[in-house]
Amino acid sequence: MASQLQRPSGKRVLLMGTCLCDAFYDDVARATVEVLEHLGVTVEFPDNQTCCGQPAFNSGDWVASRKVARHTASVFAGEQPVIVPSGSCAAMNFHGNILQFEENPDAAIDSLARRTWEVMDFIANGLGITKWPGKFAEPTRIAFHRSCHSRGTGSGEATLALLASIENAIITPFGQDEQCCGFGGTFSVTFPHISGRMGSLKLDHLLATKPDILVSGDMSCLMHLNGLAVAQGRPIKHLHAIQILRNSLP
Amino acid sequence: MIGIQPIDQYARDISDEKQASVIDGSSKGTDKRFHVLHHDYPDPDALRKLAAAIKDHTLHHLGEYLEKAEKALIQRGVNVHFAATDEDARQTILSVLRQHGVTQLTKSKSMAAEEIHLNPFLIENGIECLESDLGEFIIQLDGDEPSHIVKPIIHLNRRDIAKTFLREGIANDYNDDPETITRRARVHLREKYMVAQAGITGANFVCADTGRLTLVTNEGNSRFGMAPVPVHIALIGIEKIIPQEKDLAVFLNLLGRSATGQQLTVYTEFINGPRSANQPDGPEHMHVVFMDNGRTDVLASNCKEILRCIRCGACQNVCPVYRQASGHAYRSPYGGPVGAVLSPLLFGSRFPEFADLPKASSLCGACNEVCPVDIPIPDLLLRLRDKAKRESVPSAGAIPMSPFATLATSPSLWRTAMTMSKAMNHLPIQVAPIKPLQDWLGQRTLPDSHGGDFRKWMKERKKDRS
Ligand code: SF4
Repeated sequence: MASQLQRPSGKRVLLMGTCLCDAFYDDVARATVEVLEHLGVTVEFPDNQTCCGQPAFNSGDWVASRKVARHTASVFAGEQPVIVPSGSCAAMNFHGNILQFEENPDAAIDSLARRTWEVMDFIANGLGITKWPGKFAEPTRIAFHRSCHSRGTGSGEATLALLASIENAIITPFGQDEQCCGFGGTFSVTFPHISGRMGSLKLDHLLATKPDILVSGDMSCLMHLNGLAVAQGRPIKHLHAIQILRNSLP
Repeated sequence: MIGIQPIDQYARDISDEKQASVIDGSSKGTDKRFHVLHHDYPDPDALRKLAAAIKDHTLHHLGEYLEKAEKALIQRGVNVHFAATDEDARQTILSVLRQHGVTQLTKSKSMAAEEIHLNPFLIENGIECLESDLGEFIIQLDGDEPSHIVKPIIHLNRRDIAKTFLREGIANDYNDDPETITRRARVHLREKYMVAQAGITGANFVCADTGRLTLVTNEGNSRFGMAPVPVHIALIGIEKIIPQEKDLAVFLNLLGRSATGQQLTVYTEFINGPRSANQPDGPEHMHVVFMDNGRTDVLASNCKEILRCIRCGACQNVCPVYRQASGHAYRSPYGGPVGAVLSPLLFGSRFPEFADLPKASSLCGACNEVCPVDIPIPDLLLRLRDKAKRESVPSAGAIPMSPFATLATSPSLWRTAMTMSKAMNHLPIQVAPIKPLQDWLGQRTLPDSHGGDFRKWMKERKKDRS
């Protein structure tokens, strides 16, 4: 991930909306645009974008995933930072792609890797914003699930710091917070029992702290967790961290 | 293909009691292991990277270091053997034992020995072979398999053990107090040590410069096993070599902390060779068997980093999949993340049989985060998935990906699919006749489709602003 060290920042960015936001979570993508614009950033959304290719990559079909990655790299060609409201899709761009092209490095793929930011990481470490001028009307307990694909990146810490700086936000620590929620994309489909058990255990830990909102930087984790929670009769309000930033603005 | 992945089946069928033991045993101590490393070293990652670099360097020059170690060992009066395969290793050990007329021995814990099923083989050949590590001893009594590298009986609770002791006559009454259990095992084992004629051990490290073996335990059982016997045999994977004695400082400090949260394991033995003239006890004969058994193939693969492994078990402890499925689900002595990489590679021709293991991971990266030699396990799992696909190994419940790639590289098709999924409020995958997919959907509710809504909003916003 050395290439991530010289990531470009700036006030003109390309938004990679992710396929999950495209299909289900349009409001997360909207919040990303609104928060960035609030910070004076001009956001462009290349309309030919589809998916980062992770489903094929993780299932081992690298012929298929390289095809998708090349498409994505060409859609996001240029010099501008690429902002993604997902630690997982961001990691696909700057880590997964490098791995699947390790035998035949590709300049466009490298360029995309070097320019990709997870959105909270961008706000904190790209734009230098460490305090968020937001406010909740009343004390609000937030359980923040650090998504696994942000391990080893600045995203987790950045998100936590920004959330904690919101007036009336109470971050509630919970047990075994380093453990995965069990989604893992195609993993959860191919190994439904392991994945379901992992998710239920995660929910036990999360819900034990009685949070008002469950927050993460990856909608995939939240989709999985809430999907299980609803089926188990214990739904929980869940939002992407970027939605919290937007919603808490005065 | 319709069906269920073997490891997922384990997770489905595991008993609540066994699973509770595994989850408890592996999650306990997570904080301790983290803190002991981070308290003593301001930058543990630098140390892990140093350890990785030393291992990589050694593996890169493995031939030279092995030769060096062999020379040093011979100089110390050790007989050195090389075994290319598991069968070679078993036969070498058997012939050494026969040569010394051994009929009874004790064995301390060794993953290399587990890997080649040495114990049952020796017993089949008429040699009484007693496991002296408490956990392995219980496994032997039960006719069970170890399920963790460091804690072989992590899947048992003390009631299970007390029952075994009663059944096997190690105890005359049922008592599940851990201290009593240990005391009873000790009484039983002490007698066996005294009548044994040989001791078999593994080794954690072999220093190429001096040929000295380093062996760590928490029970001191390997010392007992060696003290009263005339013959010591050490079975060692060729990747256990490190260049020099001073490198031990790096590895011993990392091993104890990563394995059990100890600054140093209770017993750290340095074995110089057979007993010298002025030593009161110890074996007169010492044999070292360096075993390849697939390791050079691993070295030639694109997953060679796994050979850095120092068998600390840290990756197993933190792995959420291991916690749910147990070590037995990995069907080899190496369970958890390390096993998911090692088994498919090490047992070369059996790759298809173990091809589900690299897939059984959410790629959460917890293993890499704690690995003392910084093995990028998730990357290796992904490379193995790619290998399985390239070699067309069938995989239960796999979703075909080429239709996805076609869709994801045709923007207008993609956009249409998004709006359509909203119109029908389900994704095409929801009706696919794939069993795991149906199991998956049965367990959770998908959110309502908002396919294409964001794109529409973005377009209108742009229009409004221009
Ligand atoms: S892979 Fe790393 S963490 Fe796992 S047992 Fe080996 S050294 Fe320990």
